[in-house]
Amino acid sequence: MSDNTAKNTAKHTAKALVLPVALLVAFEVWARATHLQSDSLAAPSDVVRALAEAFADFSILIATRDTLFSAFTGLAIGSIIGLALGIAFGLSNTLNRLMEVTVEAIRPIPSIALLPIALIALGFGYRMEIVIVAFACVWPILILSRAAVRSIEPRLMEVSRALRLPAAQRVWKIIIPAALPRIFVAFRLSAGIALIVAVTVEIAINPIGLGAGIMLAQQALRADLMLAYLVWIGVIGYALNIVLVVAQRRLFGRAALSGDSA
Amino acid sequence: MKAQVKAQVKAQGTANAQRQFDPVAGHPTPQVAFADVTLDLGGKTIIENLSLGVQPAEFLCIVGASGCGKTTALRLAAGLYQPTRGKVTFDGQPMREPRREIAIVFQDYGKALLPWRTAAGNVSLALEAGGMPAAERPARIEELLRTVGLPGHAGKYPAEMSGGMQQRLQIARCLAQEPKTLLMDEPFGALDAMTRQGLQDEVLSLVAASGVTVIFVTHDLDEAIYLGDRVIGLLPHPGRIGIELPVNLPRPRDQLSTREHPEFLRLRRQLFDFIKATEQ
Repeated sequence: MSDNTAKNTAKHTAKALVLPVALLVAFEVWARATHLQSDSLAAPSDVVRALAEAFADFSILIATRDTLFSAFTGLAIGSIIGLALGIAFGLSNTLNRLMEVTVEAIRPIPSIALLPIALIALGFGYRMEIVIVAFACVWPILILSRAAVRSIEPRLMEVSRALRLPAAQRVWKIIIPAALPRIFVAFRLSAGIALIVAVTVEIAINPIGLGAGIMLAQQALRADLMLAYLVWIGVIGYALNIVLVVAQRRLFGRAALSGDSA
Repeated sequence: MKAQVKAQVKAQGTANAQRQFDPVAGHPTPQVAFADVTLDLGGKTIIENLSLGVQPAEFLCIVGASGCGKTTALRLAAGLYQPTRGKVTFDGQPMREPRREIAIVFQDYGKALLPWRTAAGNVSLALEAGGMPAAERPARIEELLRTVGLPGHAGKYPAEMSGGMQQRLQIARCLAQEPKTLLMDEPFGALDAMTRQGLQDEVLSLVAASGVTVIFVTHDLDEAIYLGDRVIGLLPHPGRIGIELPVNLPRPRDQLSTREHPEFLRLRRQLFDFIKATEQ
């Protein structure tokens, strides 16, 4: 039975791969036939070779480390701030109303628009990038964790009141576990945003990481290397999402289960 | 042998008679008292001029048609609501917020238990709230789970337990508070008849053993008479006391003989007539 479904999934995956593989092959054949000379396109085989070279001289690995370091540090800082504010706003209606205008005024600012200010204040490097990533990550976490806290089963809040749980224990033992499945969804969303913003900052101005790597390849008229970076960034984004989806299933399988049957 | 059993039953009977509340003799200070309590919620008067005293170790049942404010009255007693006018007191002190001496068993056990904690973890929550050191908790948790008939289920999650077991677990968590007053909001309303009868008898023996005061809200009139020392019927819109019946049935109660007792049938008739009249 499960063997069969595994076979079926494999079949589906194979079918889904037919079109992209065929396109790549066709492109390769066309590039070879026309002796493609371009600043923006390169034959797939050249892209793969460039990627292998970038791995061999560690340049893409160093760039990956820089980008992921900035993205994850910014994500962590933004998540903590967003979570703290989200829980506070979710619990206190007064605080929420007091801050609503401020939040709605700051939130629509595109994070990348902070770049000039951040550059003057912090200069080139990790710090500036981390601050911008953190700013971008605060909002989804804040908004979604506020909603998650508000939708906690009111009976659980009554139980915590009736048991006279101290405020810190109430947050730690009731609110965070009850809201965690939805907070994690927000975290997944923010992780994607963190990667996008980090690469964008690097492309725009910051001379580190994958974004800077792609810009350097472009300026050197190395279309193959540029596309190699692009493919690699896609692979990282894809892998990041898979890791988080698996983590979500592992962590909240039981919570989701009990929520369904209750 | 027979005489021994008889003597035991008799001794139990007198013990129960002692804890049975006598409404005429009364008690100088009620444990839970409502003094002219009115509660408005959302511009509607839910409860109006409710005055009520519950004596220590009394088992008071509150019945009434749906929407008559019986659950609201219980929440006022728990300190989860504050009265608009009047005063709710516990041991003579005004109730401004929930207290550890008052435990509440909710009807919807599925929502009142933490789904991410095991049975032991759910009981532990009440002990943690009371500041019991971690080293002392496991023994106490095991004892409480045994008391409510859940030994060997400590590692199960609520979702893995039946409705009856989940409600036992919620009762265990309430007992972990070592309450002086136990508030129960239609605790067996969602359970099947057999499970309900079993739990009724278990609650009676738990209460007899601990001497805790109980306010028990139910819409099941038979249940109210079977369990209570006194039954209060509420009138709806707004909620106020419509009938008050002392239950002079011998204890320990028995599912068959108590329910066949002429006094039981008389009270049942009286209560049914009252409820029927309120519904018209």
